[in-house]
Amino acid sequence: MNFTYIILIPLIPLAVFFLLGIFNQKIKPAVSGYIGVAGLLTSGILSFYTAYQYFFVHGKVAGVYQTFVQKTTWMNFTDTLAIDMGVLVDPISVMMLIVVSIISLMVHIYSRGYMKGDEGYTKFFAYLGLFSFSIFGLVLATNLFQIYIFWELVGVSSYLLIGYYYTKPSAVSAAKKAFIVTRFADLGFLIGILIIGYYTGTYDFETLNNPEGSAILNWAATSFMGLSALTWALILIFIGGAGKSAMFPLHIWLPDAMEGPTPVSALIHAATMVVAGVYLVARLFPMYYFIEDGFALNIVAYVGAFSSLFAAIIAITQTDIKRVLAFSTMSQLGYMMLALGVSGYEGHDGLGYMASMFHLFTHAMFKALLFLGAGSVIHAVHSNYLKDMGGLRKYMPITNVTFLIAALSIAGFPLTAGFFSKDEILVAAFEHNKLIYGVGVLVAGLTAFYMFRIYFGIFWGKNTQYKHTPHESPLSMTIPLIILAFLSLFSGFIPFSELVTADRIGFEAHLNYPLAAIAVTVGLIGIGLAWVFYKKENDLSDKFANVFGPFYKWAYHKFYFDEIYMFVTKKILFNGIAGNIAKFDKKIVDGTMEGIGNKTVVVSEKIKGMQSGKVQDYAFAFIAGVVVLAMVFIYLWTN
Amino acid sequence: MIAGISIYEILTVTSILFFIGVYGFLTRKNLISILMSIELILNASVINFVVINKYLYPDMLQGVIFSIFIIAVAAAETALAVAIIINLYRQIASVEVKDTEIMKY
Amino acid sequence: MERYIFYILAVLLIVSAIAAVSSKKMLRSVIYLLFTLCGIAGIYFLIDYNFLAAIQLTVYAGGIIVLIIFSVILVHHIEMELEVAKLSKKLLVGAACALGLGVFLATIYAHDFKVVENFNTTTTEQIGLKLLSYEAGGFILPFELISVLLLASMIGAIVIAKGKKLVKSEKSNVESIQKNNN
Repeated sequence: MNFTYIILIPLIPLAVFFLLGIFNQKIKPAVSGYIGVAGLLTSGILSFYTAYQYFFVHGKVAGVYQTFVQKTTWMNFTDTLAIDMGVLVDPISVMMLIVVSIISLMVHIYSRGYMKGDEGYTKFFAYLGLFSFSIFGLVLATNLFQIYIFWELVGVSSYLLIGYYYTKPSAVSAAKKAFIVTRFADLGFLIGILIIGYYTGTYDFETLNNPEGSAILNWAATSFMGLSALTWALILIFIGGAGKSAMFPLHIWLPDAMEGPTPVSALIHAATMVVAGVYLVARLFPMYYFIEDGFALNIVAYVGAFSSLFAAIIAITQTDIKRVLAFSTMSQLGYMMLALGVSGYEGHDGLGYMASMFHLFTHAMFKALLFLGAGSVIHAVHSNYLKDMGGLRKYMPITNVTFLIAALSIAGFPLTAGFFSKDEILVAAFEHNKLIYGVGVLVAGLTAFYMFRIYFGIFWGKNTQYKHTPHESPLSMTIPLIILAFLSLFSGFIPFSELVTADRIGFEAHLNYPLAAIAVTVGLIGIGLAWVFYKKENDLSDKFANVFGPFYKWAYHKFYFDEIYMFVTKKILFNGIAGNIAKFDKKIVDGTMEGIGNKTVVVSEKIKGMQSGKVQDYAFAFIAGVVVLAMVFIYLWTN
Repeated sequence: MIAGISIYEILTVTSILFFIGVYGFLTRKNLISILMSIELILNASVINFVVINKYLYPDMLQGVIFSIFIIAVAAAETALAVAIIINLYRQIASVEVKDTEIMKY
Repeated sequence: MERYIFYILAVLLIVSAIAAVSSKKMLRSVIYLLFTLCGIAGIYFLIDYNFLAAIQLTVYAGGIIVLIIFSVILVHHIEMELEVAKLSKKLLVGAACALGLGVFLATIYAHDFKVVENFNTTTTEQIGLKLLSYEAGGFILPFELISVLLLASMIGAIVIAKGKKLVKSEKSNVESIQKNNN
């Protein structure tokens, strides 16, 4: 089966990027928007064609989904270790192609309306092209190094887009923060890659992930500080993934990343780039599962569960709707991580893996919808803050309905997409780890609560008086909302368990009614609480916040994590360590060198008079020297 | 050989001549005078070549031929030096050493 | 007889050399140098190197001295007084030279020269054969080299002495001066 044409999927956005980037000033904004949309549309059609070919025509051989790899050697390190470039087609990469192309296309269309009249309109679409290229490349990577290259490219485009409003200091510092934090995490990723290359002699996912392959069978051969070296490598790689997916404690960049334009938040910081960490763990899932009996996978599970709870608590207290959504994203990513963490490998055991991918898919739809809806609201009222909103349902009916659908979906309302995927996750957690299951249920309730808190806050609640009467967004913005709302409602019916599974064989998934009932009840309780607190303007929520007192304040300040980081970097690293080293460098190292230089200058000032320029003075010195030397050799040097 | 004169006496004379040249070279302040001092030094060494050839190796001619070469080189050098002095005089209207020290520190 | 002639020559040499390096009058100093060179030619005569003496007289006395006089006349008034070095410098240099001379003479007198008694006369023919011989010990190559060197220095002397062409601005200056004069 030839999947070579897949290479076009990333290359078309790249071509768009170059076209728009080079002829930035020449192309009219309207045209550049169409070019961007057309490029993504082509990639999207190709993605869907690939998915059809893979899932329903060629992919399945003897009941097992095969992996197709087309690659070419790029750099040879040793006889066995090489870096390849190519495309890898397997269930999760095809699924990611679909996710990325849908969301990216929707965001492109949406941006034509949202960014209208912006000075850097063409530049914006060029960046979107670059990002699409990078994320497609990341998804299709055949080996660890290739994924790392595109991983960094994604980071760069994220940096560019967060700092898109580069005249705003907060956007610039947010971009730097995102870049530095993820870069710091990527250091772990890189070290992990190198360890894997050293101990297994390959970077290829196919070889590494083969359950009968030497990499997995021989994991016990090397150990370091009580763990297998490969476990360390996997933990380090997970650190990289945690950085990109904003897992605790590397989450601090994600809320600030909301400084970017809202479509960017929807595309990069909700649906695609931030799931790269989840995708990475899923990509290496057999290694995580088999090596050291899933030690690293347990870490993934606990980090995911904790991040999920942590972010959900903070999300309740935030007043900036984009930040609420950001923490919600972090929480849902934690959900995906914990699902991966509790997953087994074969058959129904691999429910967590499948659920994680399923949730990744549905989450991309409804979270992108939430962000785009929030963008639509922000577009109308020109503010990010809940206090400036309220009663918008009368002015923006389409946004209202689509936002409600997305909120229901994320809250796990029965028969929406989120309901199915969340249910699968909870079932998987219930079967493997009751503690994590408990966290999951709690988070489900919190999610429903904070999501409906902002929903009611925006569309119901108090009747704010607006300076300019808000109006519904243009068609280019509402059409993506409607499409995504449709997907948020119905994508739950895709038979994921037969398409995307860890062992590639597939199984029948059934709803676990008791567990589903618990989850739905908790979700409904959350929604109900939000109804009581925020449906009508009242002071119940304030009273409640006062009851929690300091805890509320902590959560409102995101548990002071930014402050802790600032303390560690500024006070300890910069002032304590770097400052002293800099002092040492300036005073002692530089001081020595400058001292030598200054002394030389002083001495040369004193002796430069000897260079009088008079030939005779030189000649006198010369002759006197000759005479002295002659005397030395004749009278003193006699043996 | 000069009857009754030993090589020591001749070498003494040439040494004195040489150091008179050195003295002139170091004390005079005029380029042409310095050139003349150099001629003195050269001549002193030429006499040495000739005398040593005559007194110690009378069957050979190397010293004489070297002297001829030295005289030829001295002639060439003088011609060039005079050309340079004249050119310098046209540029700065002086041949004093103190006016040619612009290349110092 | 020859002995006295040598002493006379030696005294002439040294006195005129000292005069040449200490005279305040430029042209006189050149003439003293001429005396020295002639004295040296006399020494060559005394030790039977007639050809060398002839060269000394023609090249040095006839050529180089004329060249130097020529340059002196070009750049000085004949009566111009030379600047003299400071006394302290003279003394210092004199002391250094005396020290050097002492070292030289001490070395010379300490050395035992193996003098061969002879009164050979070297003919011009011998010198010419030696100069143009290309056998072992012949000097044909240095001879040719010296001829090239002389040619090169001749051309060099012409080029250097000719100097730069007058640049335009100077020309225009000259023209304007002429105009003013008119």
